[in-house]
Amino acid sequence: MWEFLVAFIPRAIVNGMPLLFGSTGEILTEKSGNLNLGIPGIMFVGAIAGTTGAFLYEQSVGAANMNAWLGTLIPVLSCLVGSFLMGLLYCFLTVTLRANQNVTGLSLTIFGTGLANFLGGTLIKLAKTDASSASSLTISGSLKYFSAGTDPGWLAYVGIGIAILVSLFLRYTRTGLQLRAVGENPATADAAGINVTRYKYLATIIGSMIAGLGGLYYIMVSSQTWSEPKIDASGWLAIALVIFTTWRPSLSIFASIGFGGLLILGTRLDFATEMKELFELVPYVVTLIVLIIVSLRKKRENQPPQSLGLAYFREER
Amino acid sequence: MILEAVKNAVRMEGITKHFGSVVANRDINLELHEGEILSLLGENGSGKTTLMNMLSGIYYPDEGQIYIHEKPVKIASPKDAFENGIGMIHQHFKLVDVFTATENIILGLEEKGMLNVKKAAAKIREISERYGFEIDPNQKVYNMSVSQKQTVEIIKVLYRGADILILDEPTAVLTPQETDKLFSVMRNMKNDGKSLIIITHKLHEVLEVSDRVAILRKGEYVGDVETKTADQQSLTDMMVGRAVSLNIDRPKAQEIKERLRVEHLTVRDVEGVKRLNDVSFSANAGEILGIAGVAGSGQRELLEAIAGLQKTDPESRITYIEPESDEEKQLNGKDPLEIIKSGILLSFVPEDRFGMGLVGGMSITDNVMLRSYRRGKHNPFFDHKFPKELANKIVNDLEVVTPNVDKIPLRRLSGGNVQKVLVGREIEQSPTVLMTAYAVRGLDINTSYTIYNLLTEQKMKGVAVIYVGEDLDVLLELCDRILVLCGGQVSGIVDGRNVTKEQIGLMMTKVGGGE
Repeated sequence: MWEFLVAFIPRAIVNGMPLLFGSTGEILTEKSGNLNLGIPGIMFVGAIAGTTGAFLYEQSVGAANMNAWLGTLIPVLSCLVGSFLMGLLYCFLTVTLRANQNVTGLSLTIFGTGLANFLGGTLIKLAKTDASSASSLTISGSLKYFSAGTDPGWLAYVGIGIAILVSLFLRYTRTGLQLRAVGENPATADAAGINVTRYKYLATIIGSMIAGLGGLYYIMVSSQTWSEPKIDASGWLAIALVIFTTWRPSLSIFASIGFGGLLILGTRLDFATEMKELFELVPYVVTLIVLIIVSLRKKRENQPPQSLGLAYFREER
Repeated sequence: MILEAVKNAVRMEGITKHFGSVVANRDINLELHEGEILSLLGENGSGKTTLMNMLSGIYYPDEGQIYIHEKPVKIASPKDAFENGIGMIHQHFKLVDVFTATENIILGLEEKGMLNVKKAAAKIREISERYGFEIDPNQKVYNMSVSQKQTVEIIKVLYRGADILILDEPTAVLTPQETDKLFSVMRNMKNDGKSLIIITHKLHEVLEVSDRVAILRKGEYVGDVETKTADQQSLTDMMVGRAVSLNIDRPKAQEIKERLRVEHLTVRDVEGVKRLNDVSFSANAGEILGIAGVAGSGQRELLEAIAGLQKTDPESRITYIEPESDEEKQLNGKDPLEIIKSGILLSFVPEDRFGMGLVGGMSITDNVMLRSYRRGKHNPFFDHKFPKELANKIVNDLEVVTPNVDKIPLRRLSGGNVQKVLVGREIEQSPTVLMTAYAVRGLDINTSYTIYNLLTEQKMKGVAVIYVGEDLDVLLELCDRILVLCGGQVSGIVDGRNVTKEQIGLMMTKVGGGE
């Protein structure tokens, strides 16, 4: 049992981290009143941008001559730029043009998934290293900078750190208070002299970038290869976790690891291998049950930000 | 004679504001003297709120110049307004429900250093003592009464150091006692050297609290008068532009007969808390039964229970007595469709016009059809002709101002016209019981009186009218009997012809009205 846990918990963390990044980013976004359903797409774009950066760097200098700093920074920065652009696009559509948030988010998810898989396929063709594994891409050069074998790697600490920081930010800082006011009641925030548009943009874009790192983590640590990744599954679970944790990133640390464990239950339990497909359902069934239970609790503080999903226009009459 | 030099806290010069092709304010010149209370008076849509919103930075004027303490200023955002010492208390409170009073008050402030809630709370207590507010800085807004929320709003602007305060219809939701308290606070502020503008529809309040009255009509400035030299009639005439009768007729109906009997009515909310507790009364044909109470005392639940929209406890009985046959029918446990099907003609004007009464995106005809589509021929396609005729009739009878009845979405009409459509539609059902909740909320004097007359007309036709209202003066003039609710209980049922406002006010805050 002990041995099982020692082997299981690190894997749970490895598979849970993308959820933590995703849900932390989405919590920050939702606190500004933006319901960003584009998170799965943004995580995909973050993942492919980081992978592309790593791949191009490795191709240009050769695996042997890679610099540890550049090998780390290039994927991370590419990932941040990719998810930044996705966040910016979402904000421009929903905040500036006041497009419907649900439709915009869903289109970004479809767009991001398609784009990432297309670029991933292109990279695999470019690599052409091994004809037998034509459907996967291994960027072995950069991987070692993110995780040595099976441990969760330094990026996991970053994820937990960000979650704690976002929690503290929302709870204890003046800016956090004002951000929450924007999500609850933008007209009130506006009348109080808070720049609603700026808060929405910043929170959503930073949230997207945090979520994008989740995509990068998925490739660099969880799967360690680009082979038809199921990042969208992690993305949707991350959005569900936002409700599950009642908009608290600090709770999401534990919830994400728990769901990370559920995700790999089928492959880790001896008796479960026979019913692998059935066990793959577990996290989603648990999500459904949890959402039902959470929706039954009626405490005011646990409700979503009041203006979540609504565009704000000052002179609307 | 030496004139005392008057210093202006605010001077607005040649202010014009358009919304699309509509002119909300045209060439307005308004002055607010230092240390005075100015009433801003005008009908709905006369541009009072728009004008004040330009002072508080919500809107920006198209033309004109604003001077604060005789210095020309540009107020482009609420922040600019704060910097000029202007604070506005809006009609709809701008508060975040899940925040505490303190958090709401310090929201948007750019003080140096870390967020220090304790220090802010201490400053709030100090302000409260100075002007006589009662407030708990750590209370969450969603737990507060309307009057407490208003207090938070006022402290919010005082906390920011405002010396010019604008109050947009502050008394609309207060009990008489709360209004008195507010006025005494306003006088304290005035004595402290602050300048105040109050927007209100209630003329007796204008006369009671203000030093000077400025009047707007259809977006234009009509003039100002010293309150000392004005009375209700002269103010109304200036406001409407012609002489208006301010008396509500209260004829006695020939036959008064029990129409609706409510016994032991108890209604609980989702958490199981009793919103109505053992309420018993009867509503009579040929009478207007007024229902008074502090907002949220169970008025909504009462009407909804009768209309079949609320679950009631088993011991509750709501009995309808047929006008012709005196046959008794039980209403409780029936949903609205079952009530209609059993031949009971019940009309309901809910307080939430667009939430429950009307569909904002649809035309007048379509909204009329919502109530009438079961009449007439039954076939898969609906009949447009009949509802359109009905819509035209309502528009003509009630003088609804609208470009057409079947194209323009209802939301685009002004509040008064929307309310006329709703009331008109319900009356067109020729009901035997007519229930109205806050039928004149937000309407100007002229439209309000149209509605009062309609209700009286219905009463004389032998309809049992139930009128939930918030303006006690009107309740006292309009209603034959008044039922006062307090915390979901019947505090008393009194004769509208011989009761005073103070008595009702006491009953609103305490069951039975005793000390």
